[in-house]
Parts: sequence; structure tokens; C-alpha cells
Amino acid sequence: MATTTTTMLRETASSHHEALGQSEAVARKMRRRGRESRFWWLVPTLYIVFLMLPIYWLVNMSFKTNTEILGSFSLWPQNPTLRNYMVIFTDPAWYSGYINSIIYVTLNTIISVGVALPAAYAFSRYKFLGDKHLFFWLLTNRMAPPAVFALPFLQLYSSFGLIDTHIAVALAHCLFNVPLAVWILEGFMSGVPKEIDETAYIDGYSFPRFFVKIFMPLIASGIGVAAFFCFMFSWVELLLARTLTTTEAKPIAATMTRTVSASGLDWGVLAAAGVLTIIPGALVIYFVRNYIAKGFALGRV
Amino acid sequence: MEKTYNNKAWFLVLPVLVLVAFSAVIPLMTVVNYSVQDTFGNNVFFWAGTEWFEQVLTSSRFHGALIRSLSFSLVILAIQIPLGIFVALNMPRKGIGVPICLVLMALPLLIPWNVVGTIWQVFGRGDIGLLGYTLRTLGISYNYATDPWHAWITVVVMDVWHWTSLVVLLCYAGLVSIPDAYYQAAKIDGASRWSVFRYIQLPKMNRVLLIAVLLRFMDSFMIYTEPFVVTGGGPGSATNFLSIDLVKMAIGQFDLGPAAAMSIVYFLIILALSWVFYTVMTNYDTANR
Amino acid sequence: MDFSWMAWTTPTALFFLSILTLLLGMGVWEYFSPGGNPRVGILRFETTRGDRLFLSLLGSAFIHLAWLGLVSPNLWWALALSVVYAIGVFRFV
Repeated sequence: MATTTTTMLRETASSHHEALGQSEAVARKMRRRGRESRFWWLVPTLYIVFLMLPIYWLVNMSFKTNTEILGSFSLWPQNPTLRNYMVIFTDPAWYSGYINSIIYVTLNTIISVGVALPAAYAFSRYKFLGDKHLFFWLLTNRMAPPAVFALPFLQLYSSFGLIDTHIAVALAHCLFNVPLAVWILEGFMSGVPKEIDETAYIDGYSFPRFFVKIFMPLIASGIGVAAFFCFMFSWVELLLARTLTTTEAKPIAATMTRTVSASGLDWGVLAAAGVLTIIPGALVIYFVRNYIAKGFALGRV
Repeated sequence: MEKTYNNKAWFLVLPVLVLVAFSAVIPLMTVVNYSVQDTFGNNVFFWAGTEWFEQVLTSSRFHGALIRSLSFSLVILAIQIPLGIFVALNMPRKGIGVPICLVLMALPLLIPWNVVGTIWQVFGRGDIGLLGYTLRTLGISYNYATDPWHAWITVVVMDVWHWTSLVVLLCYAGLVSIPDAYYQAAKIDGASRWSVFRYIQLPKMNRVLLIAVLLRFMDSFMIYTEPFVVTGGGPGSATNFLSIDLVKMAIGQFDLGPAAAMSIVYFLIILALSWVFYTVMTNYDTANR
Repeated sequence: MDFSWMAWTTPTALFFLSILTLLLGMGVWEYFSPGGNPRVGILRFETTRGDRLFLSLLGSAFIHLAWLGLVSPNLWWALALSVVYAIGVFRFV
């Protein structure tokens, strides 16, 4: 399915165009008129405003001093200050949280996509004993609530001496990221015609060489989308990450909650830390923006 | 695509199998073991039989949490799915607006869940939050920390804010795959806006909508971090959802036995519902091939 | 490595062993007669014998829970009912 189907559909669509003798401009005009409204932009705009308001409020707070936050109510900082950010960038207890988060998220993304690639290939190309049940079993792990696993995980990783290491969090997040990666990649791989594999084998390619040299470039965007989703779910998850770490590998999101309860309520620093956790996500979305819609449509997620 | 039958494919699946079995099967077995025993710590366990299951199944605390979680999921689906479709229908298809919309809309999805909680915790406060302050200025008494209804509304609005974009993106992906020719044909037939939606756009979105419903149901049913940060399960037990109750029981009170029994019941419910969704989805897929 | 925290008991070990035996048995059966005997039963979609086993096990779990919550702690009757249910699933679904 996937890529080929879309291109095929596009081709059919464009051939229809020519058959009907209509230009792209006419089609566009018609579609615009099809909306029967000049105010279509109102809906996305309102929706985005709704999404941005709470985020704006956080950014706003992060540039205020605590006295200003608690003392007077204002829509924008009256005396903008960078103090809150300075606190974070100068205190290792704060900024090491970011480094920890980034390390385990990266590890998890590499592991998840790495093991999911061959598995997704198997699911997309072969029938084998128990394949459908295996696939469903994998998906149930995506659906398993982390709350159920928090305590046994703590003990499992303790017995391997892995508590408070980055690899422990990375492995724990594999529970829901590996099934997701298999699911997405399988969707993309099914879009690559099987003839390509067969031709390559006839040409004398071995399986590993074929997979790395020919197949992986073909599904590069799929790998990108899968990596994006792994990054996303590992970055936002907190329950397991917090349970499995104490100090050395503590994620930034957990540092936030602890500092809040320990040092009273330093709203300004809390807001600044929150803003800084949004930035990596924003960067990643910006880089994959052209693949988001495609990834949702082509993969199974 | 015709697939070949080849059991050697198992070797390709093996790494995934080992990895997921390590993180899923061992903990699951442990949970089952805990659920039939009692402990006071130090790995000393006493046989308790089905006592915890009886206790969980007949306790009003569990019933309450289950009903709260189920109604939360239903409310979330009832709001997010129509809203998501509506926004996706009104998204631009071409031009500079597309990447801007996509990036801005995807932003809430990539915020760590406890930061989402923090954002709304602050946003809704009457003294320092924009929403709380505005409502108070307008003369509406609003306090999510003391009023159960306000707490519920806050948690629901927060989830709508957090996750509707996922539905929008999925639907949008389904919509852009519709060829222009379909719209032209509809135009020539003089189809109304409604029938274009009903007979062209909705069928094309069917599949992604199923995925959206599945993902949104699962994730809202096991929601933990966001409401925990905002309300901590309160006021009283108004927003004490299954996951929150579970963590309170297992880690807060160290009642491993009841917590494990509750986990199993919870997991079985999720398993049954996932199976239904998954079967519907795959059968829909094969029927359309 | 210390695994005493897993707190194994004889009944739970037997439980998991029987599940494992069932899975292995189904694997062997499938190996010698591939395809899983697909048919369309009363649920009106195609099921294989693996699906039927899954439905039996999941259904049995719910029967046991319902019995425990609604009737009595004596689970032997629930077990009997589950066996009847499983036979029904393998026969009609």
C-alpha cells in the first residue's frame, strides 16, 4: 500500500484532470468554493490560539520574577528577567536533568528502531508460525498501562544492578516504543513492492547487504517517522523514568517535580524549566514537519 | 501483497521478542505472583489465595475508579473525535499555512506529561493563572482544587488541549490522500457540503479514525501523570482514575497484593477492549482490500 | 542475581506452565497442520484456532472474575463453566 498507492492515486487524479480538460487552477478554485465559506481559516486559528494560550502563559511567567508573578497580574512581563534561566543553566542539578533525558531518549530511539527494523521486515514480507498473534501480543504491550509495571520494573532492574542508569530507562521505554516502531515500519515496508527484494537477491545481494544498501534508503522517511514517534513517547513519559532513577540518570521532568516540593514554590524557575522541556520537542517537530502528515497516513499510526 | 510462508522469519523477530519479553513477561508474571500473596516487605510472602481479588472486585473504591476512568474515556472520545474531524476539515491543504498549522498543532503532543500538568495547574489558578484569573474577574467562582466538577472540567479541557491534535493530524493525513478528481466529480453532481463529507471524506477517514479512537481510548483509559500533577486525584477522590489509584496503592501504601490484583483486572479489561478494537480494525482492512 | 522478589508459588508456577504448554501445543499443531483451520463462526468474521484459544482464555479469566465478584470464592464451578465456555468457543466461533 502506502507510497505506491498514494502516487497511483495521484496519477489517476491527474489523468482525470487531463481527461476532463481542467487545469490545476480551476480545480483549486472549485475546492475553495467547495468550502462555501471565506471564514474557513477561523477554525484552525481559534484552535491554535486555544493551544498556544497556556504555553504563552508559561513563557510569560518564565520571564517574570517571583514577586511579580505573585504580586501583580499582568499579561506580559513588566520587568523582564533572565534570572530564572540563569538558575537552570548554572546549577548542575538542573541542567544535568536535560542531559540525562536526552541520553536515554536517544538510546531508546536507537534500540527501538534497531530491533524493530528486521522484525517489521519479517511481518511485512513473510507468513510464519503464529505471526498474527505475535503482532497482537506486541501491540498489547503498547496498550499496557505503565502504572501496572512500575513496581516490578523497579525490582527487575534492581536485580540486574541497573537502577539509576540511562540504559534502564531506555530499556523500560522499549516496552511501548518497540511495538509502535514495528507497527509504523511494517506499514511503510508493505508499501515497497516485493519485486525489489527478489531482483536484488537475483543480482547476488546477501540479505544484510540488500537490507542496508537498498531497502533502508527506500523506507528512509518511514525510519524517520518511527524515530520521531519513539523520541516523542520516550521524551514525554515520566512515571517509569522517575521510578527507575534516583540521582544519576534523573530526567529533567522529574527534577522539576522534586525541586518544586523541596524549595517551596519557585514559580519562575518552574516555568523556565517547563519552557526548556518544550524546546527539544519543538525542534524535532520542525525538522520532521513535512513527514508528519505523510507518516500518519502511510504508517499504521 | 502475497506473502511467502517461511518460518525462518522468526530469527528476524527474535531481537524484538527477547527485548519485549524481558520488559513485559517477567513483570507480568511477578504481578500475578504478588496478586495471590501478602507481604510485609523484605521479600517475605504469605499465601493469600484469591482474597485480594475478592477484595478488589467488591470494593467500592475500585468500582468508583473504574467508573471514573470509563466515563473519562467516553467524554474524551465524545469531544476529541468530532472536534478533531472538524478542525482537520478546515485545515488549509496547500501553501505556507500547512507547515505552520502542523508544527503548532503538534506542539502539545511533545510536551512532557508532567509539564502539561504543571502548565494547566498554573493556568487555572485564580491568583496567578490566566484562565483562573479571567474567570474570577468575570465573576465566575472557579477553583479546581476544591470543587469536584471544576476539577473534572479542568482535567477534561487539559486532555482536549493535549491530545485533540493527534486526531486532527490523523484525519488530516486521511483527507490529503483524497484525489482532487473526487471533489470535482462531486462538484459536477452538485453535491452539498454535507454529502461531500458523508460520502467522500468520511469513508476516506474511516481507517485513520479507527486508529484515532483506539489510541485515544487506550491512552485516556490509562491516564496518570497529567491529572496527578493538577489535582493529585482530588478533591476527595473526584479525579482518582484507575492508574492514579493503582500507584497510590502500590507505591504509596505498599499494598502489593491488592495493587497487583487490581493491575490484573485492569489489564484484562484493556486486553479485551484492545482485542475488540484490533479485530474490528483488521477486519475492516481486509474487507477493503 | 537474586530473583526472590518474583515470589513464585507452586499454584502460579503451575498456572504459567500450563499456559506455556498450551502455547507450545498450539505451535506444534500449527507446525504440522499450518493455516490454523480458518472459518467464519457466529462472530461473523474469520477466526483461526489461535484466535479461539485466545478467546477461551480471556473469556475464562472474566468468568473467574465474575464468579469471584458475584457468586462465591469457590472457583471450581467457575473452572467448570470456563471449560464449557471454551468447548463452545472451539465449536462455534
